[in-house]
Amino acid sequence: MKILVPVKRVVDYNIKPRVKADGSGVETAGVKMSMNPFDEIAVEEAVRLREKGAASEVVVVSVGVQQAQDTLRTAMAMGADRAILVLSDESPEPLAVAKVLKKLVEKEEPSLVILGKQAIDDDMNATGQMLAGFLGWGQGTFASKVELVDGRARVSREVDGGTEEVSLALPAIITADLRLNEPRYASLPNIMKAKKKPLETVQAADLGVDMTPRLTVVSVAEPAERKAGIKLDSVAELVEKLRNEAKVI
Amino acid sequence: MSEPVRESMEFDVVIVGGGPAGLAAAIRLRQLSPDASVCLIEKGSEIGAHIVSGAVIEPRSLTELLPDWRERGAPLKTPVTAEDMLYLTRTGSVRVPMLDRVMPHMANHGNYVVSLGEVCRWLAAQAEELGVEIYPGFAGADVLIEDNRVVGVVTGDMGVGRDGEPGPNYQPGMELRARYTLFGEGCRGSLTKKVMAHYDLRRGVDPQTYGLGIKEVWEIPAEKHRPGLVQHSFGWPLDNNTYGGAWLYHFGENLVSYGFVIGLDYANPWLSPFDEMQRVKLHPAFRKHLEGGRRIAYGARALSEGGLQSLPRLTFPGGALIGDSAGFLNVPKIKGTHTAMKSGMLAAEAVAEALKADRPEPAAFTDKVRRSWLWQELRAARNIRPAFARFGARGGAVYAALDAMLLRGRAPWTLHFQHKDNETLKPASVCEKPAYPKPDGTLTFDRLSSVFLSATNHEEDQPVHLRLRNPSLWKTVNWDVFHAPEARYCPAGVYEVADEDTAPRLQINAQNCVHCKTCDIKDPTQNIDWTTPEGGGGPNYPAGM
Repeated sequence: MKILVPVKRVVDYNIKPRVKADGSGVETAGVKMSMNPFDEIAVEEAVRLREKGAASEVVVVSVGVQQAQDTLRTAMAMGADRAILVLSDESPEPLAVAKVLKKLVEKEEPSLVILGKQAIDDDMNATGQMLAGFLGWGQGTFASKVELVDGRARVSREVDGGTEEVSLALPAIITADLRLNEPRYASLPNIMKAKKKPLETVQAADLGVDMTPRLTVVSVAEPAERKAGIKLDSVAELVEKLRNEAKVI
Repeated sequence: MSEPVRESMEFDVVIVGGGPAGLAAAIRLRQLSPDASVCLIEKGSEIGAHIVSGAVIEPRSLTELLPDWRERGAPLKTPVTAEDMLYLTRTGSVRVPMLDRVMPHMANHGNYVVSLGEVCRWLAAQAEELGVEIYPGFAGADVLIEDNRVVGVVTGDMGVGRDGEPGPNYQPGMELRARYTLFGEGCRGSLTKKVMAHYDLRRGVDPQTYGLGIKEVWEIPAEKHRPGLVQHSFGWPLDNNTYGGAWLYHFGENLVSYGFVIGLDYANPWLSPFDEMQRVKLHPAFRKHLEGGRRIAYGARALSEGGLQSLPRLTFPGGALIGDSAGFLNVPKIKGTHTAMKSGMLAAEAVAEALKADRPEPAAFTDKVRRSWLWQELRAARNIRPAFARFGARGGAVYAALDAMLLRGRAPWTLHFQHKDNETLKPASVCEKPAYPKPDGTLTFDRLSSVFLSATNHEEDQPVHLRLRNPSLWKTVNWDVFHAPEARYCPAGVYEVADEDTAPRLQINAQNCVHCKTCDIKDPTQNIDWTTPEGGGGPNYPAGM
C-alpha cells in the first residue's frame, strides 16, 4: 500500500512575519523557510504506518518553487521513500494544488493521502477537502488518531467538545491535526541518506493544470500594536477601570 | 541516564561552526584537497541563523579565496560611499577631522556594507558546490579526545527532557570522527573552552578581553536612505573608563544596521549594555536616521577584543582554532570577517599539508599566520585596545592617533591586558546607578520585545543549557556584592531576580538565550557555564543581520 503526503514550504514558525513595505504581501526574501508543521505531522504518521507494516511506500510531493526540494529532502530524512516536486512560479492556491494532486493520485494510485490540516502561512484549510471532492474519496479531517484495520481507516477527529470517530473505506484522504503525533528529529545519517533518495521534478504545466491564481490579494496589514498595560494599586481600581473604561462589567 | 549507544561517522576534516572562518576553511580545503571529505556542523537551524555582525567588510580574504566572487553573485552590494566618526556629548557631536590620517585603520574605501548572515549563506552554497557536507541544526556538544589527540566531536542529543531523561522522540548524538577538527565556533566557543583547557592553550598569553555587540536592523523611508553611509561614534553615553561606541550603516533596500559595542571590562555593575544601546538612538546624530522607520530585527553576540597579545596557541594534536574562537578580530578596525576568513584559509592549508604527510598536528598553521598579512595587521593594531583599557576613552583616542600618525603601528613596546573581564566589576554599593529612559515603543524598546524580533526558540522540554557551577555563589557574590549584574548585561532577559524583597533567587529563562555568551565571560566568579542547547535552537536571524 502506498501513501502520498503533500508538503508545503512556508515561512518558519519561529519567524515573526513582516508585511512588505508596500503592503502587497508578507516578506519572504531572506526569511527562513521550512516545512509546514502540520505537514511534518502528516509525514511522521505515514512513516509510522510504513514502519508498522501497514504501508509499503511513502511518497512526498510539493508544489512550488525549486527550493521546495529542501522541504522534500527533509521529509525523506524523516523516512519518506521518494519525492516529486511540481514546479510552479505562481504562489499556489489550494484549488490549483488539489488539481495537481488529483493528477498525481491518478498516476501514483496511493491508497491513502495524508495532508496537514492547513498551512500556517495562509491558513486556508482547504486542499485536503478539495482533493477529496475531486476524487470522490472519503475524508477524515483534523485527525488525532489513525488506525488501519481490515482495509478501512479509523480516524479520530477533534471536534468541539470531544472526539468523533469515522471509519473510511480506502482509498481515503486524511488531514493531520496537532495531536496526531510528535514528529521525530531527522538524524544526521538519515539526512545524509536522504540526499541520495530519488526526487523527480515535473512542471505543473506538463500535468495540464492551470496554476493561475483565482484569488486577488487586496491588501495585507499587520495587526494593530497592543497598547502598553498599566499597573493598578487596588482591586477597587481594577473594578472601576473594567466597568467605566473597558466597559466589560 | 546510561551512556547512549552512538552511531559514528568518519571524515578527513570536521569543522565546528558555519561562520566566515569555518566556511572559508571548508572551501579552501576542498580547493586544495578535492578528495578530502569535509563535514561542517552548525548549531543554528540554518547557516546564518546565528550570525550577527555590523557589518562593513574588507573583501581582501574573499578575493583570495574566490577571486570571481562578483561573477558568482556574492551579496556584497553596497560599497562604502561616505564615512563619519563622531565624538558624542549628551546632545551634540563633533566630527573627527582628517579621519583617514588620524584613524587610518578606520578608512573604509573599497569596503562593503553587508549582512554577514547573507554572506555566510552564500559562502555555504559555494562550499556545498565544492562538495563540503554542511549540516545545520547540529550542535557540537563534546570533544572526542583519545590518546591525547582530538579525534572529532559528538553532536548534541536531541529530545532529552528537562529532567535529563530521554523523551519519546529521543535521538542520541553522533560521533563525528575526523583526522583533523577545526573549531570555528566564534567568540567563547563552548568546545573551544574545553580544548583550551585540555591542552593549556592560553599559557603565557594575555587574558582574552571581550566586547558585547548588540544590533538592530531598521527599514527606513526611501527618501532618507543613503546607501553606503557609514557612521561610528564614541564618547556619550559611556564614561571615560568604558570602551565602546555605536555604529550606523545604510545598506541594501532601505535598510539601516544600527548597533552598539561595549568592552566587557567595564566596572559598574549597574551598567546595562542593552539600555546604553537603546538610548544612543535618542541622540540627534542617530535619531535623524531612524525616525520614521521601523525595527525589523534584533540580535547580540560577544566578540574577542584581545588581539595579538591574547591569541592562544592555535594548534593541538588533531586540530586547530580558527576565527574568533582563537580571537583574530582587529579591534581598531572593528572588523573580524576578513581576519576570520584568512585564519580559516591558512588553517585549511596547514591541514591539507598535514593530511598529505599524515602529521598529527597541523602545526604549520601558526607559522603561516606569522608570515601572512594577517599577523602584520594584528601586530600594527596591537596597542590600541589596551591603550583604551589603560588610559580611558579620551586618552586611548589620543594614543590611537599618535600610534597611527607617528609610530604607524610600529611602537617598540607592547601594552598588555592585566585583567580578565570577570574581575573588573566594582561592588554595586560604590557605583552610581545610571538613569536609563523608559522605552518609548517607537525608537527605543524593552528586552522582551527585542528578543521576540530575534525569532529565538528553544525546544521547551530540554535541560537548562546555562548552568551554575556552584549555585550557592549566586546569593553571596552576585546578589550581595554586585546586585545581580547578569540581569543587566544579558541582552535577552535570560536572567531575572525573583522574590527580590523576600528571598532573592536567580531565575534563568534559558529559552530567551540568543547565544551571545556574555554570561560565560562576565560572571564575576565565572560561575555560569554556557553549554550548547539542543541543535537548531537559539535565534533565527533573518537576512539583513
